[in-house]
Amino acid sequence: MSVVGQQPPPFFKRGPAPLTRLAFFLALSLLLLVLDLRYHTLEWSRQAVAFVAYPLQRIAYLPVATADNAAQYFSSLAALQKENTVLLRRQLDTANQLLRQEHLELENQRLRALLDMKQRQTVPGRVAQILYSARDPFARRIILDNGSQQGIVAGQVVVDELGVIGQVTRVFPMLSEVTLITDKDQAVPVQILRNGLRTVIFGAGAGGLELHFLAANADIQVGDVLVTSGLDGVYLAGLPVAKVVRIDRDTPYTFARILCQPIAGVEDHDQVLVLGQGEALPPQPPEPQKTEKPAKGRKGRR
Amino acid sequence: MEPTHSSNRILMPVKAWFIFLTFFAALFLDMIPFGRLTGLPDFVALTLAFWCVREPFKVGMGAAFLLGIVMDVVSASVMGQHSLAYVLLGFAASGLSRRILWFPLSHQALHILPLLLGAQLVMLAVRMIGGAEFPGMLYFLSSFTGSLLWYPLTYLLLMPQYQPMEKDVNRPI
Repeated sequence: MSVVGQQPPPFFKRGPAPLTRLAFFLALSLLLLVLDLRYHTLEWSRQAVAFVAYPLQRIAYLPVATADNAAQYFSSLAALQKENTVLLRRQLDTANQLLRQEHLELENQRLRALLDMKQRQTVPGRVAQILYSARDPFARRIILDNGSQQGIVAGQVVVDELGVIGQVTRVFPMLSEVTLITDKDQAVPVQILRNGLRTVIFGAGAGGLELHFLAANADIQVGDVLVTSGLDGVYLAGLPVAKVVRIDRDTPYTFARILCQPIAGVEDHDQVLVLGQGEALPPQPPEPQKTEKPAKGRKGRR
Repeated sequence: MEPTHSSNRILMPVKAWFIFLTFFAALFLDMIPFGRLTGLPDFVALTLAFWCVREPFKVGMGAAFLLGIVMDVVSASVMGQHSLAYVLLGFAASGLSRRILWFPLSHQALHILPLLLGAQLVMLAVRMIGGAEFPGMLYFLSSFTGSLLWYPLTYLLLMPQYQPMEKDVNRPI
């Protein structure tokens, strides 16, 4: 097939036929897709293109930043006063706990020393600004203004003043990409604050979260607060994640359908804190050696 | 749809640097972070479709592939997602170019709409296979706004070619 509807004379060299070119580029694109989706081996090329595109991206951000600044400038006094009262009240609400926290932490430290337990980790944090949410409509990611130059590493946890927002999944020299906990692929190990029941929470899209694989008769109620369990060694223990808003138990499945709402302002634009990484957990004990050898045959050879 | 058999105006040949510049501007427009605003057209896809229709021998699947790679990186999506859709879009647009150019601009926009929708469908299929969430039907709105932009886009991008070969002070344009 030719674009002009008829074959050009052979002395005009047009290169390969369109179908050939289409097949070539389709194969190349599919190869890239498989490499990125399944093997995640294309990060270096992404880094290279992102490095070149970074100045352009910053310039493209300027109009939005200017609009934001103008909106802030013209935000009314009443709104600011309202925000101020809310913040003051929140501070007073938590003052009781905050004032005693130091005392409690010291006491906890002493008790832990007494019981010869491992000290609880304290990690430093780094304040970063959310620039914008990524254009990709299929995932929930945001871009922060700090990158590997500022010491951000993939895997770090991002929190705001209320709870967990997400996790750094990709780091560029001056930017980093955070996958929100409401993303479908993001899982957070949590426990129920009330009774310590441990489970894993997944994003459900549309700003919600869902608890999978919790038996229909599990002890969980509407209004339960879920905090990170810290079992994975990535999330520190005790960070608030979500609140249970709805439980469907009368489904024909073995598992209850439990919908949750994030506690932190996950979809808002604000400043966030990128927590440093805690110490790595000790490695898992090795699996006990199997004594019997696998049976010979087709399965054994694989 | 009846093709208009009125003759088109003879244009100046297009300059390669101008095509490059328009792609650059489209990329820039796509990089402006509007957040989760739905219905924003994909300017790169639209410009690509335009040049593939207008200059099928200059802009084709190679340019589509390269632009797709850049879009994959700046929009933080899966590598190969945009390039796959753009290569198909480029193939269809340059294949249909001789047909599309017969029609008046409003009918041309109607030809472009299924091409843009097809590109979006390809991206949707790729991401759903990869296990992403469905972004809602409003996701397809951007194709419609994109094809609405075909009319102004044509005048904007053909402006340098409308200039006369010889400057004549007595000529009105």
